[in-house]
Amino acid sequence: MMDFLADVVAWFSESGRWLSGDGVLPRTAEHLWLAILPMAIAIAFALPLAVWLGHRRIGEFAVNALVNVGRAVPSFGLLILAAVFFSRSGVSLRFWPVVVTLVALAIPPIFTNAYTAIVTVSPGSVEAARGVGYTENQVLWQVEVPMGAPLVLAGIRISFLQVLATVPLAAVLSSGGGLGQYVVRGFARGTSGLDEVFAGALLIAVLTLGADWLFTRLEPLVLPEGVRRLSSVEVRARASVS
Amino acid sequence: MNPVFGQATTPLFDWDWVTRNLDTILEKTLEHLKLTGVALGFGLLLSVLLAAVAIWKGRAYRPIGAFTGALYTIPSLAVFALVAPIIGIGTSSQRFWTAEVALVSYTLLILVRNIVTGIQSVPAGVSEAARGMGYREGGLLARIEVPIAIPAIIAGVRIAAVTVIGLVTVTSLLGLGGLGFFILDGLRRSIIFPTEIIVGVVLSVALAAVLDLGLLMLGRFLTPWMRAHGR
Repeated sequence: MMDFLADVVAWFSESGRWLSGDGVLPRTAEHLWLAILPMAIAIAFALPLAVWLGHRRIGEFAVNALVNVGRAVPSFGLLILAAVFFSRSGVSLRFWPVVVTLVALAIPPIFTNAYTAIVTVSPGSVEAARGVGYTENQVLWQVEVPMGAPLVLAGIRISFLQVLATVPLAAVLSSGGGLGQYVVRGFARGTSGLDEVFAGALLIAVLTLGADWLFTRLEPLVLPEGVRRLSSVEVRARASVS
Repeated sequence: MNPVFGQATTPLFDWDWVTRNLDTILEKTLEHLKLTGVALGFGLLLSVLLAAVAIWKGRAYRPIGAFTGALYTIPSLAVFALVAPIIGIGTSSQRFWTAEVALVSYTLLILVRNIVTGIQSVPAGVSEAARGMGYREGGLLARIEVPIAIPAIIAGVRIAAVTVIGLVTVTSLLGLGGLGFFILDGLRRSIIFPTEIIVGVVLSVALAAVLDLGLLMLGRFLTPWMRAHGR
């Protein structure tokens, strides 16, 4: 065991390990870029749609179905299926199949949580706002959206973590896949590659836990003052389980 | 191992391959179920213990939640990779238990949370009434609180089951993988073979759907009183 840990330390201290093209820092940047780009696309698509449908109370059945289907599709299989279909239609790029898959995986949690957030805002608050003469637009933007914001953010966080977890699987497809490249390459070498497998896994775990920690730190900064004081317990109770 | 893309000449789906390989498909499906079942079994056992600790010692719930939350947050590939050097991947039983440790670690957050929430959401009046009728703590838990919590517990088991079935496909990188074997094998042939990949993905989704439905029905069967109320 000690020998093994020494191998892992040696792996980290090889020359060019951090900065070269295949080094840890470029791989980390690739990892983050492969996660953030699909997230931005998914948010731009799903968030407005969910908020609007939620406000109009349209499609609750479809939303429930989306949650279950989203969970059952194995991200690994979806990733590889997308690559195969893209390649058949002549798109030789390895980058876009991954992005499209990740967008598809990112949408359900963002959409369903945002939808639930709007639908479950306390009816009393909404009625009161209408009672004092708020227009429908004001009800949406000044009551439903701010009060639903914590749950919307919870959905984005679940989605982000799921995407971050799927990025390394993309290493199976190409020389990309961010930090997952080390793990997949190491596994392909069998027992002798386990030091690289372990080192890559450590980096992925640290990156993901760090991103999660940062997300929970930044969350309060974007919430309105009044909403921040609402019990976070209530928010968790409403969130659909990740 | 860079796969060759752009082979539009191979048919998208080759039924002949399916009929020729029914034995392997059945074998891998059973392996998938075994990996899932063992993970759910151990996950449930560990979660019941952790939930019991959390319920009896309220202070323990936060650290247990943080620990299981961190396990859930670490990406599946990384968990497999962190466990692999410790248990080893030399023999098939080492690979099996490497996969199981990682799979179990994913079920804990969902199961513990649902068990604790389920037990704690039993109305205080119900527990009080049971005590008034002479139930002791053990009987109260077994005869009153656990049955009332069953829908929440089953809901947790359903989520955990569907999650694990999806994750099992990733263990193909360890040389296991149940139906994930087809996904990786189809990709790693010298010419990509879509049939195999589609079979792997579709059967994995189907397995998740069947297991989910089965657990839903088990939940109904275990809570006949819910039906009496027209639910």
